Formats: sequence, C-alpha cells, structure tokens
Amino acid sequence: MARQYEMIMRHSRNSSGTAEPPRTDTRYKRIAAAMQKHQCRPDALIEILHKVQDAFGYLPMEAVRFVAREMRVPPSRVYGVATFYHFFSLKPKGKHNCVICTGTACHVRGAQAIVNEIQQQLGLRPGQTTADGKLGVQIARCIGCCGLAPAVVLDDQVLAKVKPGEMVETLRARVGGAR
Amino acid sequence: MLGKLDEITARVRQRSQEYRLKLQVCCGAGCLSSGAGELLEELKRAVAAQGLEGEVGVVPTGCMGPCNQGPLVRVSPDDTMYEKVVAGEAAGLVECHCGRGEEVRAKLLFSGGEGPVCERASEHPFFRLQRRVALENCGVINPESLEDYIAAGGYRALYHALTGMSREEVIAEIKQSGLRGRGGAGYPTGLKWETVYKHVSAEKYVICNGDEGDPGAFMDRGILEGDPHRVLEGMAIAAYAVGARKGYLYVRAEYPLAIKRFELAIKNARAQHLLGSQVLGTEFQFEVEIRVGAGAFVCGEETALIASIEGRRGQPQPRPPYPAERGLWGKPTLINNVETFANIVPILIQGGEWYASIGTPKSAGTKAFALAGKINNTGLIEVPMGTTLRQIIFDIGGGVPDGKRFKAAQTGGPSGGCIPEEHLDVPVDFESVVKLGSIMGSGGLIVMDESSSMVDVARFFMEFCMDESCGKCVPCRVGTKQMYDLLHRICEGRGTESDLALLEELAPMVKETSLCGLGMTAPNPLLSTLRYFREEYLALIPRRAEGASVGPSAHQP
Amino acid sequence: MNEIVSIQLDGNELKVELGRTILDVCREAGVDLPVMCYLEGLSVVGACRLCVVEIEGSPRLFPACTTPVAANQAIRTQTEKLKRYRRMIVELFFAERNHVCAVCVANNACELQDLARRVGMDHVRFPYLFPECGVDASHPHAVLDHNRCILCTRCVRVCDEVEGAHTWDVMGRGHASRVIADFNEPWGSSTTCTSCGKCVQVCPTGALWPKAASMGNLRKEPGKIGELVAKRKLNA
Repeated sequence: MARQYEMIMRHSRNSSGTAEPPRTDTRYKRIAAAMQKHQCRPDALIEILHKVQDAFGYLPMEAVRFVAREMRVPPSRVYGVATFYHFFSLKPKGKHNCVICTGTACHVRGAQAIVNEIQQQLGLRPGQTTADGKLGVQIARCIGCCGLAPAVVLDDQVLAKVKPGEMVETLRARVGGAR
Repeated sequence: MLGKLDEITARVRQRSQEYRLKLQVCCGAGCLSSGAGELLEELKRAVAAQGLEGEVGVVPTGCMGPCNQGPLVRVSPDDTMYEKVVAGEAAGLVECHCGRGEEVRAKLLFSGGEGPVCERASEHPFFRLQRRVALENCGVINPESLEDYIAAGGYRALYHALTGMSREEVIAEIKQSGLRGRGGAGYPTGLKWETVYKHVSAEKYVICNGDEGDPGAFMDRGILEGDPHRVLEGMAIAAYAVGARKGYLYVRAEYPLAIKRFELAIKNARAQHLLGSQVLGTEFQFEVEIRVGAGAFVCGEETALIASIEGRRGQPQPRPPYPAERGLWGKPTLINNVETFANIVPILIQGGEWYASIGTPKSAGTKAFALAGKINNTGLIEVPMGTTLRQIIFDIGGGVPDGKRFKAAQTGGPSGGCIPEEHLDVPVDFESVVKLGSIMGSGGLIVMDESSSMVDVARFFMEFCMDESCGKCVPCRVGTKQMYDLLHRICEGRGTESDLALLEELAPMVKETSLCGLGMTAPNPLLSTLRYFREEYLALIPRRAEGASVGPSAHQP
Repeated sequence: MNEIVSIQLDGNELKVELGRTILDVCREAGVDLPVMCYLEGLSVVGACRLCVVEIEGSPRLFPACTTPVAANQAIRTQTEKLKRYRRMIVELFFAERNHVCAVCVANNACELQDLARRVGMDHVRFPYLFPECGVDASHPHAVLDHNRCILCTRCVRVCDEVEGAHTWDVMGRGHASRVIADFNEPWGSSTTCTSCGKCVQVCPTGALWPKAASMGNLRKEPGKIGELVAKRKLNA
C-alpha cells in the first residue's frame, strides 16, 4: 500500500503542490528532528502533531503538509487525525488564552455563568478569538482540578473558584496590560 | 541487586532519622495552582533562616487528598496538618511548630469549615474512614525521588516476582486477590492477564490506560503525579507475567505534570536498571514509552486507545477479536487502568488473600474516588469496597455546604447515573451500583444539591457524549445528537410529551446497538434521571407548567 | 477446512464451518439481513449496526458482520425488537442529512431507499437535523454531495484498500464528521486521486455519482469490487 501511494505521489498531476517551507526556520528543524527520532514511522503521527502545536501554538496548514510529505502519510489521513482530536487546533489561538473548564464539578458549581459573563461583557464565545488576536476563549472538558471548581486556565495558570465578574476583570487587565 | 535496594533504603532512612520533624508540602496539581510551589521554597528559606536545617526537613509530596483546602502542609511525625497555608505564613508556621513546639490552631486542617477539627490529622473522619492501598504513598513520599520510593519498599515486589515467582504464580496471586479493573468495567484483572499470557506470540504489549476522560474524575491523575514508580513497577510485573517486553503509558495531554513526573520516573528507573535490559540483574527486559493523548474521551475505550497509539483516528473496532488476542500492531496486548496497576505491588507484597479480605466478596479491595461538586471536602479518597455512599459523602466528604439539601450523587460520569437520597445507604461495589441504574465507573463522584436541575445534568452528559462520539457507528453518532436536541428542547421549556416518548424509545436502542462502551452507556444519565426524577422532566413540559426552563447550555448558546 | 458445528438460525438447524461470520452463514441460508457499511471485498467495520442479531443466552446484540459463529449458537435475526431497532436506525440515517428522494439522482437506484422500503419505514419521527452540507463538483467526472452521505466509509475503504490511493478519509468526529479528499480540498484538485471511479461505484446513495448520470439512468455496480478482490487473490 505504501509503495503504491508513493508512486501516485510521484506521478500526481501537480506534484507536491506547495512550496518548500523555509528550512531555515528552527521550528521546522525541530519538527524534522522529532520525525527522525521516530524514523518517520506513521504511528508517531500524533506525537509529531503535538510537536508542531508546541512549536507554532497551533497546526499551520503549511506545517501539516510538511509532516504528511516527510512521513509519507496520505494527506487525508493526516487531516483526519488532526481534526479528530480536539486538543489540536488548525486556527491560531490568541496571544492570551482563557480555557474555562466545563467538567461536571465545574458545571454544577457555575462554569456556565463564567461562559455567559465573558460572552456578554467581552463578546467572546468559546472557540473565538478577539479580532486583534490578543485574547482567545476556549472550553475544556475537564482539567482534573475538580477540588478548585469552577476552574479556569489562563495562560497555563490555573485559577481556582472563579467568580464571573472577577474573571472578566482579570481578562481585561491581562489584555490591557499589553505584555 | 536486592542489596542495592537495601542500601538505598538504609541511606534514606538514616537521612530522615536525622530530622526531628519533616514538613511535607502537597504538590499535587490542585495545591500547586494555589501556590504550593512558592510555599515549598518559602518553608525551606524559613527553616534555614531559623537555623533548623539539620533537624527539620522540607519535602514535596503528591496529592494528600483534601484538594479544596490547599496548599496543605503535614508535619511528621506529629501527624498535624495545616490548610490554606500561603507563602507569607511559612516563617510563622516554622517558628511556632518547629521552633517553639506550638501548633498553629487557626490553620489546622478543616478549621475553616463546619465539621470537626482534629489535632491529629489521621483521627479526622476524612482520613480515619479511608483505607489507602493504591494511594498508600501519595502525599507521603516525594514523587520525583526514586530513592524515596525504594525506601518506602518500592521495587521489592518486582524483585520478588522476577527472582522468586514463576509467571504462573504471579497470575495466580492476582487472581486470588479478586482485583477487578478499576477503569470502570470491573473485568477480573487476573483473568485478563491469564488470557494474554496464554496467547503465544514473540511480541506482546502492556498498556497503562491513563486517559482519564470522565469529567469530574482525577484519581489517575493523583496517582501518576503522586507515585509514578508504583505504576511503573506494576506495569513491569504485568509485563513479566504476560510475557511482554514493551509497555506504553497513554496519558491525557491535559495532565502535563503527570507526564513530566512519569518521564522522570522512567529515566531514573532506567538509570538504576529497574527498566531496560536485564532488569534487577535478571534476564527480564522491559521498556516503557509515554504516548500523549490529544483530547478524545473515546480513547479510554481499549480498541480506540490502540488506534490512537498507532497514530490513527481514535475509533473503536468491533470486538472480537479482543486486544488480549489481537491488540497493538495485531499482537496480544494487556490494557489496564492506572489505579489497577497501582494495586499490583501491595498484592504481591502482602498476598492475594490479604487483598481479597478487604472489601466485599465480589468486589475485593479498595477503590479511589474523586469527590467533587456540592460537597464540603472535595478531594481524592480511597475506601474499602462496600463503604456506603452515605459514609463517603457525609462522614468523609463532610456533607453538602451552605445548609443545602442533598439531592443526588452522580457516579460513573457520562456512562453512569444519578443515585438519589433514598439509596444513600447502598454499599458501593460493582454490582450494587449497577442495580441502581448507575455504574461504579472509574471513581468520579459528583454531589448535586437541591439547586441542581437533574434534567440539566442529563443534558450536560448527553452533550458530552454527543461531542465525544467518534462518529463511526450510527446509533451513537446520530442517536446522541437526537437525544441531546430533544433534551435541550425540554430544558428550554419547549418540549412536549411526545418528545419524552421519543427519548424513551431511542435510549434503549442506542444502548443496545452501539459499537462501543461510549454509545452503549451514553443513555445512562438520561435513563437514571428519568427513573428517579421523572417529575422534573414533566414539570418542564409546558402543558404541566407554563414556561419553565433551566437556561441555556454551554456549547450551543 | 475448519471444524463443522451445528447452530440454530431462526429455529432451523444448520451445519456450518467455524471461523465464518454470522452474516456469511445467513446469506448462504437465504436469511435476509440488511447491511449498509458492509461490502464484500472491503474490510469489515461493523459501523451501521443494521445487521445486529440476538444470540440466546446473552442480553447483548451482536453485529452479524463481525461476529463469528460458535457451536450450538441459537441465533435470532427477525424478532420484533430487532425489526424496530433497524427501522429506527434507518430513520436516524434519513434525519441526519438532507435526503430528499424525489429530487435525488439516485432515486430508485439507492440502497438507503431500498432499505427503508425493506424495513417498513414509512415516515421519520425524529426531527431532521438539516445540517449545512456542501456539494463538491470540482472533479471532471463525478460529484460528491455531502447532503446524501451516510458516512458508511465504503469510498474511504475502497480507495485505500483496493485502489491504494487513500484520497478519501473522514475529518472531524461525531455528527460533525465529513468525508474529505486530501487536506479537505476540492476533489478536483486532489494530488492523490487516480480518477478510477471505484468510490462512485460503491457509494450506496446519491452522495457520489458520475456526472454523466441523470435521474433514472444511474446504475452502480458495487458487486464488482468483490469480484476484483477475489480475482486478485487468485493471482496472488
């Protein structure tokens, strides 16, 4: 199967399609090194996509194409995997990111009120990023900090027993702080 | 090689005997996010500043249990625990307790609550009614120190198995213990090991399932963060018994600390020949690799987990063939949950008979639970099987806060159900919980009070299942979406009695025809709330009560 | 040759060979089991759940396509419950996307439509979900209409397993799953598609259809794939 696929790739109508990514970009070097480490075995695809997301903060299509080509995994399979797992994002996230936990414990302790308040005060629904790219709002299924419910992860920092109003103030300060 | 373990033990013991007091700082994920990291440094500084370095040790530990009282400090051997200690209070605490020998009464554990406060922490009902087997070392030893683990008796069970027991004897011991899978389904562990052992293959695999996807469950997280070597040793023993040389830990990307500590554990164990070729100087070889999940609840299902390790979309395969026969890369594969592996070492050390003597005849041993929701003492606990729900929620958990009335306990997450007040005296074991229309599950236990709408709870879990359905089989892919839409309509006060009838027709079909556990159990929260709280559904249907509603839902505002 | 055992199929004694699936045995015995994702020659995925049967002594239902026969099994394929469940699954199919037989190119040449008649589904009680689905007509010879796709993945499997191109796969998950070409690009610009047309032949509905077809003259030959695979095995 792999050989057939390779053949098709070689004879395909418009060859690889995209321009070579800038090999001087150290992020691509890091990804290439990770693929080398796994000998480009297709089972390492998810590991490699993690590396891409670590490097870029999301999965840029150019990098996804690069991974598919180097690992010789069919494009649709790479895309299928990248969109199956919700941890991966094909869209850039905000400069600052606020992840509201909506696990059961957070739900019964009022996570919904936080989501609503952010939507009303800042006009951001889960999955959206402000037009200037400064703040992104996401929801998580459960971050496993149920003792701290309702919990919010703001830029990798876990905030415990969050109150809706205070959360909005914190976000305003974070974005206004222009760091 | 046993000599080396003894030598390390002696060295660690001698060092700790030099200390008059030990300040243990909980560095579980919960406490870390409330500032335990700074507290740890501040305590070290205070001890040094007060000239107590030689006699007072400061050590980080894994999760101690009472997560919402963090950051927590335990003083040993005084058995005193302090709650909500912030960095600024470190100097004062060291000065009073370690210097003048006085307790800081205002900071004693649970002193901020309504329940009892105990000078000796282990006498408090929160700890007194627990029995820690899998969590034995959690919150006691430094999870980042292999030496500490060895000093606590670690890797002796592996040594004993490799040098003194045949593979059949190890399996017999596990069978005798009566241990059942702690991931939720409760399949007998010994039987699973035996099946993999019996399949002849040059290559076999052991997988530790740490894809703890139930929202509201954090037992596996606690164990991986608090005692990673315990899991590693359990995996090594399993590998020896079934004849595998390679193992994988599949863990959620949402648990970075667990990944970091497990990576360190692998590195340290390999350096001491507890992993790799010639483990503990024997012929046995074993390597472990970590695979990080990427946010898919369905990957907790064995065949989906295997697909994910193989780098594919995490979609389940029809069984048979079972992974024990054809699993990872088509080879016989043993998959057990984190907590199951954490129970292996004590079983080999103290014997299967001992383990079987704990708990109930059909559900042996102990079970870890994550208490959360409308409960005073949220946190991580471990109790003998058969402990009643009432004891867990009211004695250990301290009951419902703000004077509210208990309404239901949700077990088993999106695969489970809600147990109402009239069944609070049910002994918690695999069979009894199923009889009530729920499942034991992996150990998430969420308490709801009178202010929680049970229809909303059903919608919450249905939304979860709909979002997490892999989309492969029709009943789950479309059925969960239809059930969610119907529930959403009822919640918004737009439902009709025929919607309710459709729900009741759809639920059993999805349950019986779905391909994997996700779909088969997805209707459970709906069915159990319908069983015990039907009047809440009827109250939302306009003909009975005009315009009632419970508000919008998280994902479709 | 495997061991021969006896089973009961809807009350009739049968001698069958171990290692075969219940579906195989049913087809040979002339028992009519509906299937949608199953196609001879392709790997078995057990996804549509239409072929579930009851086996005496077990409270569970078993998909006939993936379950091997065992000695002394008593299998029931046509109980009232099974018939009801099958009807409901077909209803879910219809309610999931935008199936309108009257204006479909596959009208009267559609496995889903046939199935609905066979299981006696005369109306759909579940609310139609009306998802927004596109039509991809960028390929020179064929059209992909997501409105009529039932995600049986026959096209994905035939493209990977028989043609070896792996142009198709599925993106997303749950009810948001969609069949995609390459990196979710227009089919016509695919760099992997060989334009072999196998996907069109195996598609059970009007989701994949040749541009040359119009309503009334569409004919598909999914059976050809089984023959192809069988011939290849002969040569192997």
